[in-house]
Amino acid sequence: MSASPIDRFTRSLEDLDVAVTRTDPAGFTETIETIVEPPCVGTPLPFADVSVPDVVDTEPTPRTLEAAQTTVTAASMGISAYGSVVLPSRPDGSEQVSLFTDLHVPVVRESDIVDSMAGAIDRLGPRLRDGESAIIATGPSATADMGALVRGAHGPKEVHVVILSTDTEGSQ
Amino acid sequence: MSDAREATADRIRHLLRTEGAAVEENTLGFNQGRYDSVADLEDYEGLKHRAREIKADAIERLPELIDEVTARVEANGGTVYLASDAADANRYIREVASEAEADRLVKSKSMTSEELEVNEALEADGVDVVETDLGEWVLQLADEAPSHIVAPAIHKSREEIARLFNELFDPDEPLETAEELTMFAREKLGEQIREADVGMTGANFITADSGTIMLVTSEGNARKTAVVPDTHVAVAGVEKIVPSVEDLSPFIELIGRSGTGQDITSYISLLTPPVDSPVVDVDEPDVAFADRDDDRAFHLVLIDNGRMAMREDDDLRETLYCIRCSACANSCANFQSVGGHAFGGETYSGGIATGWEAGVHGYDSAATFNDLCTGCSRCVNQCPVGIDIPWINTVVRDRLNRGGDPSRFEFLYEELVPDEEPSGIDLQKRLFGNYGTLAKLGSATAPLSNAIASLSPVRSAMERLVGIDSRRELPSFERETLRGWFASRGGCQVSLADADREVVLYADVYTNHVAVDRGKAAVRVLEALDVHVTIPSVPESGRAPLSQGMVSTADRRASEVFAALAEPIDAGRDVVVIEPSDLAMFTREYERLLPAPSYERLSSNSYELFEYIYGLLENGADPDQLRSGGEAIAYHAHCQQRTLGLEVYTTAVLSELGYDVLESDVECCGMAGSFGYKRQYYELSMDVGDRLREQFERDPARNRRVVASGTSCVEQLSDLLTRESEHPVMVIDPAD
Repeated sequence: MSASPIDRFTRSLEDLDVAVTRTDPAGFTETIETIVEPPCVGTPLPFADVSVPDVVDTEPTPRTLEAAQTTVTAASMGISAYGSVVLPSRPDGSEQVSLFTDLHVPVVRESDIVDSMAGAIDRLGPRLRDGESAIIATGPSATADMGALVRGAHGPKEVHVVILSTDTEGSQ
Repeated sequence: MSDAREATADRIRHLLRTEGAAVEENTLGFNQGRYDSVADLEDYEGLKHRAREIKADAIERLPELIDEVTARVEANGGTVYLASDAADANRYIREVASEAEADRLVKSKSMTSEELEVNEALEADGVDVVETDLGEWVLQLADEAPSHIVAPAIHKSREEIARLFNELFDPDEPLETAEELTMFAREKLGEQIREADVGMTGANFITADSGTIMLVTSEGNARKTAVVPDTHVAVAGVEKIVPSVEDLSPFIELIGRSGTGQDITSYISLLTPPVDSPVVDVDEPDVAFADRDDDRAFHLVLIDNGRMAMREDDDLRETLYCIRCSACANSCANFQSVGGHAFGGETYSGGIATGWEAGVHGYDSAATFNDLCTGCSRCVNQCPVGIDIPWINTVVRDRLNRGGDPSRFEFLYEELVPDEEPSGIDLQKRLFGNYGTLAKLGSATAPLSNAIASLSPVRSAMERLVGIDSRRELPSFERETLRGWFASRGGCQVSLADADREVVLYADVYTNHVAVDRGKAAVRVLEALDVHVTIPSVPESGRAPLSQGMVSTADRRASEVFAALAEPIDAGRDVVVIEPSDLAMFTREYERLLPAPSYERLSSNSYELFEYIYGLLENGADPDQLRSGGEAIAYHAHCQQRTLGLEVYTTAVLSELGYDVLESDVECCGMAGSFGYKRQYYELSMDVGDRLREQFERDPARNRRVVASGTSCVEQLSDLLTRESEHPVMVIDPAD
């Protein structure tokens, strides 16, 4: 294998026309602030070293969700072969809040990027058997039902994936 | 009978005019998208093989998996209801809606819910049912049925949808672009979902080990439908259960590619309900999601509705492997021209739908337009779980034949149609199914038979009685058959002693009686390559009766053919077949008609003509003995030949001999044996052929010499083009 899973993931996202930014814990806040379009909502990130910046309201309600332009949530995995992110369903609402705004910014750790669909499903097996739910999301919401491809049918028109390096040496 | 044919012709003509253009554009896009997308997979065949194994195992163990998933969902906190039929399912769903005091139920796209007609059942109770898939919503507003199992509204153009929305909603600014229409629908449906009491989804797969339902969508409406309201009902056929989460992987990789040609759809939802996500409650707009403590309800309604009986039916069972991806419909040449509305069926239409309709709604529902499957077999390799869809269509046709009424013209045809079929079978089917008998009579009395057959009163009687379209030129029988010619020239010119190989050339009905020249050319080509040829009398392959659903007759032919060829094969001779549809009988369909060792012996020793020539040249035969040249050739391979992967040999041989070959890229020429001769299907056949005509009349094919491997392809091309077409062996015939 010549390309690393992270490079392949990035290339798959580029093929999908999905924006992608790599950052490290030190640059995380600034990266998010640059990408988002306020008002922003999101849910707390279950990652050590980082938390979402203040511009993101992490206790959304139906009302604030309705008004929001951007959602920032954690992805539990990235899948290189497809440029997919795995969005777990959590009691804090991270899964469905990601579906309501025009822009969704999923944050995935480098160490959570797997190469293949089979690899991702192997990891999901025990979690689903434990009662969890998750969405494998690839690019924005889309439909061709109205005579041409349109992004943003019921979900986000745009997705911007943030890859968080877990090894600060490797960040750019 | 002729009135029924006329009504069918009218219906097809109407659909060609009204829906044909939109359907063609979309299905051709999906079809090409599938070819492109699966080409990127490292191991497409391996994934398909794995997918089929999983489904076969799951259907085999279905009762046990139903118990397992029931226990699992209940342990997760949900409810499972196993509904015996549609009425039973609807009764349960109405109870759920009533207990939830539902005013509105939102739905994501589910063909199974269409099968139940659950919308009507709920609406009768005063529940407002809203389809949230944009295509389904368009159909709900227009009060139309889906024409495609994945993209239900592909028959509607953007202009038609805009007209519909503008009339119904009278927006301030008339809607026009796809973007405007989509955003308008998103807004409207978003409101409806927020205020819904119950969400109903289907399920593409259900995993027995976790109680997870997998939903494949791109819009995101299924995600909202399942989690915004506090009550979720999932309806699914029992066949959707697979043993474990890990089994989902090949299906995730195959379903989007096989369907619309997307590598993957935007959202693969893996929901293990009741889900942990909080409800989106507009009545409590200021309560943070994280602070909610919802008590979600989940009902999994598993539908039998004939499926457990299909599981017991050796011929229909594979229908249950179907993952409803739509590859069979998208690769079907007839479907590409007229779409699902032409294929009839109460719920499912096109491709594998015959199996579904026969299983869940009964044979009457499967009967309408079952004929539209021509057996071209192009869907077979496209199916991600390897279902032999043409076989299912043939079996259903056979069962329908047996349920029909006796024909009042039968006494006229007793001599002409010496088949094994019950008396109820349609006269047109018997005529085409017994073509070989007609051909023998035709040659024996040629040229008189040709002259009589072409007389206009005779043609009009043929059209009236048996429905042969008078716009088609009938095949002209040769007085001297291929076997007659071969005998009169003293048999083979290469003696057994000088021969490198020995071949039994299969003289199919067409080659022997009609296209005799291609048979002669084949003999000369084989002789030029030092092959000793014999042309024994071998019965018809049974292709003609099989295409009319006459399985018993085809079965008897298979036994007769094997009996005639077993000895030459055992004596070390190779069987060479010119007509691809007959070779496909020997190597594909005979697997179902002959004992396994007989099938193995015949199929492994039978070759398509160019496959055999290629093998001879590869093994040292001298290509200089054949006619070579730099001529530019436009080649249309036969549909069944391509399914067997044999078209490459014609191209390879012609290229090796210096010809410049361009291949057509349509699925089928549209003639498909007798299909294009039938009065009721003539226009459809020509519409399908039009895609081939366009390609061959355009650059770079425009001025090329046209060749085609199948007899009916040659006939169709002759009707479509101003220049003549012929079998490719004519190009390399050394005597020319």
